[in-house]
Order: sequence, then structure tokens, then C-alpha cells
Amino acid sequence: MKKLASKLYLAIIFVILYAPIVVLMVYSFNDSKTSKWSGFTLHWYQELFQSSMILSALRTTLILAFLSATISTVIGVISCLGIQALKPRFHNIMMALNNIPMVNSELVTGLALMILFITIGISAGFMTVLIAHITFCVPYVILSVMPRLKQSSKSTYEAALDLGATPLLAFFKVVLPDLMPGILSGYMLAFTMSLDDFIITHFTKGAGLNTLSTLIYSELRRGVKPTINALSTLMFLTVLIILLLMNRPRQRGESPS
Amino acid sequence: MKKTILTASALIGLAALSLTGCSSSDKFPNGVVKVYNWGEYLDEDLIAEFESEYGIDVIYDTFTTNEEMYPKIEADPSLYDVICPSDYMIEKMIQNGLLSPLNYDNIPNISNIGESYLEKAEDFDPDNTYCVPYTYGTVGILYNTTMVEEEITSWDVLWDEKYSQDIIMQDSVRDAFMVALKRLGYSANTTVESEVAEAAALLKEQYPLVKAYVIDEVRDKMINNAAALGVIYSGEYMICTEENEDLAYVIPEEGSNVWIDGWVVTSGAKNKENAEKWINFLCTKEAALANFEYIGYATPNMAAREDIDEELLNDPGIFPSDDILDRCEFFLYLGEDADNMYYEYWKQVKQQ
Amino acid sequence: MTKKSFAFPYLFWMIAFTVIPLLLIAVYGFTDRSSGAFTLSNFLAISTKEHWSALLLSLKLSLISTAVCLLLAYPLAMILKKTGTSRTGFIVFLFILPMWMNFLLRTYAWLNLLDDGGILDRFFGLLGIDYRSPIGTTSAIVLGMVYNYLPFMVLPLFNVLSKIDENVVNAARDLGANSVQTFFRIILPLSFPGIVSGITMVFVPALTTFAISDILGARKVLLIGNIIEQEFSTASNWNLGSGLSMVLMIFILISMAILNHYDKNGEGNAF
Repeated sequence: MKKLASKLYLAIIFVILYAPIVVLMVYSFNDSKTSKWSGFTLHWYQELFQSSMILSALRTTLILAFLSATISTVIGVISCLGIQALKPRFHNIMMALNNIPMVNSELVTGLALMILFITIGISAGFMTVLIAHITFCVPYVILSVMPRLKQSSKSTYEAALDLGATPLLAFFKVVLPDLMPGILSGYMLAFTMSLDDFIITHFTKGAGLNTLSTLIYSELRRGVKPTINALSTLMFLTVLIILLLMNRPRQRGESPS
Repeated sequence: MKKTILTASALIGLAALSLTGCSSSDKFPNGVVKVYNWGEYLDEDLIAEFESEYGIDVIYDTFTTNEEMYPKIEADPSLYDVICPSDYMIEKMIQNGLLSPLNYDNIPNISNIGESYLEKAEDFDPDNTYCVPYTYGTVGILYNTTMVEEEITSWDVLWDEKYSQDIIMQDSVRDAFMVALKRLGYSANTTVESEVAEAAALLKEQYPLVKAYVIDEVRDKMINNAAALGVIYSGEYMICTEENEDLAYVIPEEGSNVWIDGWVVTSGAKNKENAEKWINFLCTKEAALANFEYIGYATPNMAAREDIDEELLNDPGIFPSDDILDRCEFFLYLGEDADNMYYEYWKQVKQQ
Repeated sequence: MTKKSFAFPYLFWMIAFTVIPLLLIAVYGFTDRSSGAFTLSNFLAISTKEHWSALLLSLKLSLISTAVCLLLAYPLAMILKKTGTSRTGFIVFLFILPMWMNFLLRTYAWLNLLDDGGILDRFFGLLGIDYRSPIGTTSAIVLGMVYNYLPFMVLPLFNVLSKIDENVVNAARDLGANSVQTFFRIILPLSFPGIVSGITMVFVPALTTFAISDILGARKVLLIGNIIEQEFSTASNWNLGSGLSMVLMIFILISMAILNHYDKNGEGNAF
């Protein structure tokens, strides 16, 4: 009984979570440009691959997510090692600074960076958006890696050194594998945050540069074209299929949604 | 699991990176032009056409209101080369030195633009120094004849409680105030604070009846029968009636706003000549015609008008007749203080 | 393995791109728009009726959303904890998956669902039930907030709950605590850090959003985020916008301070 109730609850939440997504997907097959249903079509998918605007926004979004996640992860891991070595007082100061972008709301972070770039005269473009994304992604990486680093024991690293490994080798062979789960989830988080970010990109982007978010925001005012729905459907299905394929052996029987 | 995602995202990233590999410099020997236009205000096929014809790479970006466009250009006039603002905003940009005079030697197709429109544009751009008209039109009420049975002649209907939650208002400050000011019989360009305050009070009174304040979504909502009445730019009307036959457009007798949107070159433009080539290209008969069919806004391009249906040309909703235009007023740039005053009152309107 | 100098590059990065930008906001916030002289007026502008009521409304809506998220997410996280380990990863991922579909689009989809002439309207129309669209009201905005930020509450909660040692729970049971007592005496206190970081991750973005209120509020509802965004992007009054941003920051800092008072660990353990 209790189990049934909890399954039901889970099901309801997932229905709500995925209802809008299903709506978007369905509308990507709608013959009309508006939200009135007027027949099935694949027209928007065809148009999608001809729209240079959407494709370049997609490209920008993915490159941005990839670069900012990768760079943030590298910066994040290195700084974790550094922060760990600091005296408690400086350690706390670093962590407090690190928390600023997370606590500060994207709105203020985005505005502040916009003001900075304009003040020092960096013309807004890909670089400014990348810097902004790294700025808000690193904290997430650090927060994912730091707890792992604290848990990992120093003795294995020291043992490796005693056995003749160079510090670099010891790091790659001993420390890094230990941190890997934290690094991976940090990377994944950074990637997702960058991919889904709208506000900060909105304020720091330059001429002609659009990510999917900013493109969609400008289209919202005129009614989103079904081509965007088509693209989202494809992106979503890609991720879903990868996920399902990887889960297949373990995941049998009913799916929770 | 996480590893999968990691590999997947890395692959996606690398794929995306490799896509950028094919550089554009050999495809576009004549450099770039950075265009800043209203959203959905151009047949996008024309971009590719321009690119291949002139060998110029078009960096295309859109804005939704004049007010949103202005601060970006003010902060960095070299951000874009060529922009398409409205009349009063062009005036403001001229006054603040953000525009650069056009070299008409590069725009021979200006001859396609109707003389009378160039003359009208002189109201905000003396001697047509800075601007080539692109589209023009009015602001009026789009209404659904199945939901509104009476004949609409006045802005009053937007205050009729019968249509509570069925009214869509414009979200841009000047347009919203224009409606209230016209209803009160004042000029849409007033800077008298008491008149603006009176209009704000009227808008505040209207607030509970309004279903949504929108800019362009009005089209979608009207087509979907989501509202009975909407304040809209005339150009949207043609597209709307194509999708929903029950819609009709009226310019109230108290008068309204008539506007011209035109192409201007920024003072900081790094590709001025390419910008002028862009303007010249849009003045060709073919481009103007393609645009008219795609966006549905009236074109001042007389050559293109030869090929437009008589029926459409005579539809006052699309091409307003002279007696309608006589009732209507251009927006003027009112200066920073007046702008701020309007804006402060506008914030009060939307307060719950 | 750890060297102090490793922390320096990021320290410089943070000074350049976090600290200095905030100082610039302060500079704008404390100067007059036209004269550039020192002023408190941008700061005090929060007390005007329209700004103050927008701030209060934002506070109210974000508090409601945070509470709803917490109430929805806690049982969810408990359920996830009880599901077998091999499947939890999958289910947790199902919470992150929607984020791969753009958040503006997801919010916009709600508009399609809820609006007059939308899907629900037609559905109720078929049943002959009169449907009143919530679009343009504060409840639509709360829905949008809960929908968008729920995963940010579920994940940290799930994280702390799954780390609770079952032996502790069993010990409580063995010592005679019933399930209600176990929950309030053991599980709830142990999950407090997760609650705190969940609240942070929902409350802050909800308090400052402008996109959700734009889309689902039909722009009838001005939240403090909308006001600040408009000061920058349409009114081009950076000084006022900065002043109001600083007020907003102070509000956030105060709420964080209150929250952290309860979270003794102080370690971020969001994910």
C-alpha cells in the first residue's frame, strides 16, 4: 500500500515534470506556426536543418557548454588542491568568495559582469560569455570536488611518494582517481548549468552571438517557431536514447514515467 | 552513468568545435556587416541571397523594442553597423550622435522609395540624412468579430468591462500611453506631467481588465481566440487574418500613432559601406516584395507595390489611406527627462 | 599533493570577475545618473511604492515556491532513498534530464498548456467545464518557479538522505522510537544541511527571476527582477538598477545568514 502510494507520487511528479516537454514535442509536428493544431507535419524538422540562425545558436551553445565545463573543471580541481593547503582562515575566505556567484543570483552576477566588460572596454562577444560562464561554473565544480578531497586520505598519496612516484605521477595515479566521482559530477553540473543558462548570457553576449536560450527569448515575444521545438525534441531524444542504451542491462520492466 | 554523460558531452562539444572549422573568410571576400533588426522583420532567405550576391557575411541579430535596442547602441555604437529603429528613436539617436550620415552614392535604389514617404521621414530626419524608410503603418485594435459584436470606432472599448480579461495591451511605454492619451484627446507626444498622470490613471483603471501586456505575442493570442481585443501594429494584421478569418482591424477615430521604421547606420559602424550595400539591397523591388509577403508590413517601395494585389493595396488596415493618416500622429523624441517621467508612471500602472 | 599557490589563479579570477564587478555595481549604485556625484537616492528608491511592493511580492512568491518545493521534494527524496540503488541513479537523472530542454521553452510550454485557447482550456471545454486561465496571475508564476526549481531541491535532499547511516535509523527503532519519532528526531535533523542548500538553490533564483514572470505573468506582474532588468535593458538607468540590485543582494545575504545560522556545518553539499 505504502509502496503503491510512493510509486503513484513519483509518477505524478514525473507527469508534471514532463508534461510541458511532451507538449513541446507534439507541437514540433504541428502544421501551424501558432499553437493551434492543424495537422501533422515534418516540415519544421526540414526547416531546422536549413536555418543557419538556429544551427549557429546550437553550435555556440554546445561549444560554450563544452569549453566552460572543461575549463571550469580544470580550474576547479587545481584550486581545490590549493584551497586545501591554505590555512583555515584563508581557506574560509576562498570558500566565501567562491560562494558569491551561487548566492548572488544570476541576475546580479550577469549585470555586474556586463558593467565590468563595458567599463574596461572589452567588446561583448564569445569571450565575454565564456568568461561569464566559467565564473559561475567553477563554484559548482569546487563544491563537488572539495568534499571528496576532504574525505580522501593523504596517506595513500604519501605512500605513493615513498614508493618512488614523482608527485605528478602520484597525483594522476592516486589522487585523481579518488576525486573522479566528484570531478565527474562537477563537470556534468557545469555542463548542464552552462547549457541551460539564460540570464547571464543575456547580459554578456555581443552582436550576432546567440545561444539557444537567448534566441528563444527573442522569439518568445513573437511566438516560438516550431523549428525550435523540433530542435529541442531532437536534443532531448538524443540524451534520452544515450541514457536508455546505457541503462538497458540493469533497467528492466516498467519505466517510472 | 556519469561517465556516459561525460563522454556524450565531450563528443558533442568536439563535434560542435569541428563544425566551426570551416572558416568563412574565403566564402565572404568582402567582409561582414552586422545587422540589428526587429525580430521576424525580414524574410530570412534574403540574408543568404545578400551573402552570396555581395560576398559579405551577414551577422544578424534582433531586438524586440526600440527601448531595448537603444541602451546597447548607446553603450557601444560599434556593436552593429546597420539598424532598423522607429522614427522617434531615430530622432533620439541623431540627437545623441549615434548615427552616421548615409552616402547615397551607395544606395541608388533609393529611387524605388516613394517620394511622399521620404518627405514624411524628414519630420524626424531632416534632408533624409540618416535614414531610408523600410516599413510604415499604424497602431490600431485587432478584434475577433465572433466575440465583439458591436462596431468598434473608439479606444473606449478597451475600457469596457464587458471585455474584462479579454483585452491585450502593448507592453511598450510609448504605445500604451498613446492609447490612453488619444482617448483623453491629448497629443501622444505630450510632455505635460498632468496629462501623462491622467493617462497613467486611465491605464491603471484598465489594468484589471487586461489579460496580458505583450509586444508581439498579440498575434499568437488573437489567432488562437485567446482574447477578443488587442492593440497591434497594422503590419501584423495581414498575417493574422490569413490564419484566422474572424479577425478585423480598426484605427479608432480619436486617432492613433503612425510610424515609419527605417534603416540607419551607426556612428561607430566598422563596415559602413557594406551597411549601405545592405540598405541598397533591401530597396530593390525583389527584396521589398519578398519582405512584404513574408512580414506583411506596408512597404514604401513603389516599384514593389506595382506587383502587390490591388485588394491589399486598398485595404486601409495594411496601407492606411490619407484620411486615416491625417488622424494619426508620429511619435517624437521627447528628451531624457520626459522619457523618465513616462517610465516612472508606467511602473506605477503595473503595480498590483 | 596540495600547494597553496594552486589557489592563486582562481583567486585572481574571482577578484577580477566576481569582486570587481560587484564593486562596480556599488559605484553605480552610489552615484547620481546625470551628475556622477555621490548619492543614496538609488539605494533609497526601494522605498517608493512601486519598487517596495515589487520586492514584497517577489519575497512572497519566492517563499511560497520554496515552501512548496520543500514539501514536494522531501517525500520524493525519501522515496528515492528507499528505491534500490541501481535504479536511483536513473531516477535522479530523470530530474536533471528536463534541463537539457531549454528552461525558457519549458516555461513557454506551460503557457501553451494553461492559456485561454490552450490545451487545458480545450480539454475542459470538451467536458463543458468553465476554465479560467491562471496566466497573468501570481499563481501561474509560483507554478513556473516550482516547476523550474524543484530539481534543485530534490537533488541536495536526496544527497544528504542517502548518506544517512541506516544503522542510526535502526538503532532509533530498536530503542523504541516509532516512525514519526524517528523521522523528527533522527532523519529530519540529519537532513538539515540538505534542506538548507535546497532552500538556497530555490529561493535565490526565485527571488530574482524575471523570465518566469515575463512568460507566465503575462507581464502584468512586476517582480523586483523585472524592475531591475528593465532599468538596465530598456530604461538604461544603470544607477537606479545598480542601487536596487544592491538592496536585493542585501536581502539575499540576510536570508543566507539566517539559514546558515541553522546549518552549523556551513559546507555546501548541494550535489
